Amino acid sequence: MRHIISILIENEAGALSRVAGLFSARGYNIESLTVAPTEDASLSRMTLVTRGSDDIIEQITKQLNKLVDVVKLMDLTEGPHIEREMMLIKVRAAGGEQRDEVKRMADIFRGRIIDVTDTTYTIEVTGDSTKLDGFIQALDKGLILETVRSGVMGIPRGEKALRI
Amino acid sequence: MELSGAEIIVRFLHDEGVEHLFGYPGGAVLHIYDALYRQDKVKHILVRHEQAATHAADGYARSTGKPGVVLVTSGPGATNAVTGIATAYMDSIPMVVLTGQVPTSLIGNDAFQEVDSVGITRPCVKHNFLVKDVKDLAITLKKAFYIAQTGRPGPVVVDIPKDVTANRTKYVFPKTVSMRSYNPVVKGHTGQIKRAVGLILGAKRPMLYTGGGVVLNDASRQLIEFARLLGYPVTNTSMGLGGYPATDKQFVGMLGMHGTYEANMAMSHCDVLVAIGARFDDRVTGNVQKFCPHAKIIHIDIDPSSISKNVKVDVPIVGSVEHVLKDMLKLIKESGEVPDGEALAKWWQQINEWRTKDCLKYDKTSELIKPQYVLETLYRITKGDAFVTSDVGQHQMWTAQFYKFDKPRRWINSGGLGTMGFGLPAAMGVQFAHPKANVVCITGEGSIQMNIQELSTCLQYGLPLKIICLNNRFLGMVRQWQEFFYDKRYSHSYMESLPDFVKLAEAYGHVGMQIDKPADVEAALKEAFTKHKNRLVFMNFITDQTENVYPMVPAGAGLDEMILV
Ligand SMILES: Cc1cc2nc3c(=O)[nH]c(=O)nc-3n(C[C@H](O)[C@H](O)[C@H](O)COP(=O)(O)OP(=O)(O)OC[C@H]3O[C@@H](n4cnc5c(N)ncnc54)[C@H](O)[C@@H]3O)c2cc1C
Ligand SMILES: Cc1ncc(C[n+]2csc(CCOP(=O)(O)OP(=O)(O)O)c2C)c(N)n1
Ligand SMILES: [Mg+2]
Repeated sequence: MRHIISILIENEAGALSRVAGLFSARGYNIESLTVAPTEDASLSRMTLVTRGSDDIIEQITKQLNKLVDVVKLMDLTEGPHIEREMMLIKVRAAGGEQRDEVKRMADIFRGRIIDVTDTTYTIEVTGDSTKLDGFIQALDKGLILETVRSGVMGIPRGEKALRI
Repeated sequence: MELSGAEIIVRFLHDEGVEHLFGYPGGAVLHIYDALYRQDKVKHILVRHEQAATHAADGYARSTGKPGVVLVTSGPGATNAVTGIATAYMDSIPMVVLTGQVPTSLIGNDAFQEVDSVGITRPCVKHNFLVKDVKDLAITLKKAFYIAQTGRPGPVVVDIPKDVTANRTKYVFPKTVSMRSYNPVVKGHTGQIKRAVGLILGAKRPMLYTGGGVVLNDASRQLIEFARLLGYPVTNTSMGLGGYPATDKQFVGMLGMHGTYEANMAMSHCDVLVAIGARFDDRVTGNVQKFCPHAKIIHIDIDPSSISKNVKVDVPIVGSVEHVLKDMLKLIKESGEVPDGEALAKWWQQINEWRTKDCLKYDKTSELIKPQYVLETLYRITKGDAFVTSDVGQHQMWTAQFYKFDKPRRWINSGGLGTMGFGLPAAMGVQFAHPKANVVCITGEGSIQMNIQELSTCLQYGLPLKIICLNNRFLGMVRQWQEFFYDKRYSHSYMESLPDFVKLAEAYGHVGMQIDKPADVEAALKEAFTKHKNRLVFMNFITDQTENVYPMVPAGAGLDEMILV
C-alpha cells in the first residue's frame, strides 16, 4: 500500500543523506521526498511517499525512528489527512485554438497560468497526486514541454499535529 | 583558559574516563598526537594496522562494557578502520572512533588523504559527526560517547578536520547531554509485560532463547533468577553465550546452524518462546517458515526495529532486558501462580531424551589431533575462566560448542559480520582491560594471517596472549560447505605455502610451539599457561583436516533438519 510518512528531523548537514541512504541500503522504495525547514529553523520537515506491505512499512517507520537525527514521525495514511502536491507545467500554446484549449483545461483543474509567451503557457496546479496525473492526462501529450512536481506534502486533519 | 582542539580531545577523553586509546598516527591527526605526547593520563596503544585498532577497542569494550576508543588519520587510516567499525556495528558494540580529516577549507577538493569518512561509514555506524567548529568539539564528543553506550549500543564516528584540532577555545567538560531526537526506552510496557507473563506461566513446553542483549545489558543476574524461578530450559545464541551459565542443568547449549540437537529440537517443539535480547538472525532461525511452528513468541528487545523484523512475534516488548525481567519477576511472584509442573516434567523428559543423541561427540581415539579435544583440554586447564577471543571459521564454532562459558563478557567473537582477523587484535584489547587474566585467542591458519602483524604490537606492550591456532591447512568452514554442498570441489580453500608459525612467532620475539600428536596436547597447553605464563605463546596445533562442525542446519532447512555426525 502507499504510505505518506511525515518526519521532523534535525536540520543538519547530512540528515537527508541518512534517510536516503537508509532507503537504498535496505531496498525500500521512495516515490517522492520533499524537505524544507519548519517555522523552527533547527527542524526540517520531510514528507516521504513509499509503498510496501504492512511489515515493510512497519520496518521503515522503525528504522526511520532509529536514526538519531529523527525527532518524530507520523504515518499520515493511518488517519484522516490532506495531501497536496504542486506541479508547474509548460505547454505549447501557439495558435489561438491551442491557447483556448489549454486555458480551458487549466480552469477545469483550477490551475493558474503563471507565465505567458507567444508560444507557451506555464501553468501551476496543486492538488493530490491523482489530480495532477489527471491534468497531465487531459492535456494533449504532444503539447507538454516540461513538467516539474514538488513531491507530496501532507498534514493530518483536525487537532492532530506533528510537532515536538 | 583556552585550549587547542587537540588538547580538548585529550582532556575530554580523560574527563570521560577513557584510559586506553587504540590508534595509528598520520598527517591529519598530528596535532592530536602532539597533545597525547604532552600528557600521561590517556594511554595510547600503537597498533600495526588501523583495522586492528578498531578490533582491539572492540575487544576492550566487549570484555568490560565500557566503550572502546580509536584514533586514526584521514583517508587510508579511516578506510582501514571501516571493517572494524562494521564488525562492532553488527554486534552492537559501544565504540567511539575519532578520524582525522583534511582542513575544513579543503574538504571536497580531493585534497591529499581526503575521503568522505562520514559518507563511507554512515551505513555501518550508529551515528556519525563531522565537527566543523572547535566550539562544538567537546559537546560532540560527549554526544558520541552518550549515543555509543545507551539504548542499543554501537560505534560512533567523529570526523575532525585538522584545523579544528589547531583552533583554540574555552574548554569545559560537558557532564551531561540531552538530545531531543534521541531518547532510548528502557522500561517495558506494563500491559504487554502482563500479557507475556500470562503466556509464560501457562506454557507447557516453554523455551528461553537469549542473546547478546543479555550480555550487553549486564543482565545475567536477572536472567538467571528468571530462569531458575520458572525452571525452563535456556538456549543462547552465539553472541549470548556466557549470559547464562553453560554448566547449569537448565542450559541446553547454543542454538542455530551449529547449535545442539537438543536446543534446535526444543525450539522446533516449544509452545511458548521467550526471546530475550536476541535478534532472530538467519543463522539462528534457519528457514523462517519452519521456525518455532508451534510457538507463541514473546520478544524483549531495546531496539523496536529488531522486533518482528525476521519473524513475526505475538507479544513485543520494547525495553531493556534488565528492566523487563525485573518487572516480570515481580509480577510472577505477586501472582502466586507457578508453572504447570506436570507438563514441565514431561517437557524435560523429552529434552533429556534429545540430549542422549550426544550431538557433539567426536572420535576420541584418532591418531590425529581433533580440534574439539584441544578446546576441551583448554577448558579444563583454564578452569573455564579464561577470556577467549576467536577468529571466524570452524574453530570459532567449535569454541562456542566446547568452551563452556559460565560468565558473560568472556566469549569475544565477531558474530554478525564474521570478520576473519578479529581474534588477535580483539585479544589485545581484552588483555589491556584485564592485565592479570588469561586471554586466549582461538584461530585458524587462515584467519590469523589477516592481522598477524599485531604480534609486533603484542611484543611492544608485553601482552602474554595464548594463541591457539587450530591449523587444518584449510579454510575449513569453506571446505566444509564445499564438501557438503559442492560435491567436494575444494575451490581455493586449501592453504598452501603456509609460513612456519613457530619461527614466525619467534621472529616476532614470542614463544612458538608446534603440537602434532593428541598425546602432546595437554602437556603443551599446561606449559604455555605455566612456564610461559608471562609470554605470548603461539601454539600451532596440526589438526585433522577432515573434521567438520556438527550438527549443521543446511541453508534453507528448518532447525530440526540437522546434519548430525
Ligand atoms: C561462521 C559463523 C557461524 C555462526 N553460527 C551461529 C549459530 O550456529 N548459532 C548462533 O546463535 N549464531 C551463529 N553465528 C552468529 C550469528 O551470525 C549472529 O551474530 C548471532 O546469532 C546474533 O546473536 P543475537 O541474536 O544474540 O544478536 P546480537 O547481535 O547480539 O544482538 C543483540 C540484540 O539484543 C538487543 N539489545 C541490545 N541491548 C539490549 C538491552 N539492553 N536490552 C534488550 N535488548 C538489547 C539488540 O537490539 C539486538 O536485537 C555464527 C556466526 C558465524 C560467523
Ligand atoms: C574477512 C573475511 N573473508 C572471508 C570470510 C569467509 N570465511 C568464513 S570462514 C573462512 C575460513 C576460515 O579459515 P581458518 O581461519 O583457517 O579457520 P577454519 O575454518 O579452518 O577453522 C572464510 C574464508 C570471512 N568470514 N571473513
Ligand atoms: Mg583452517
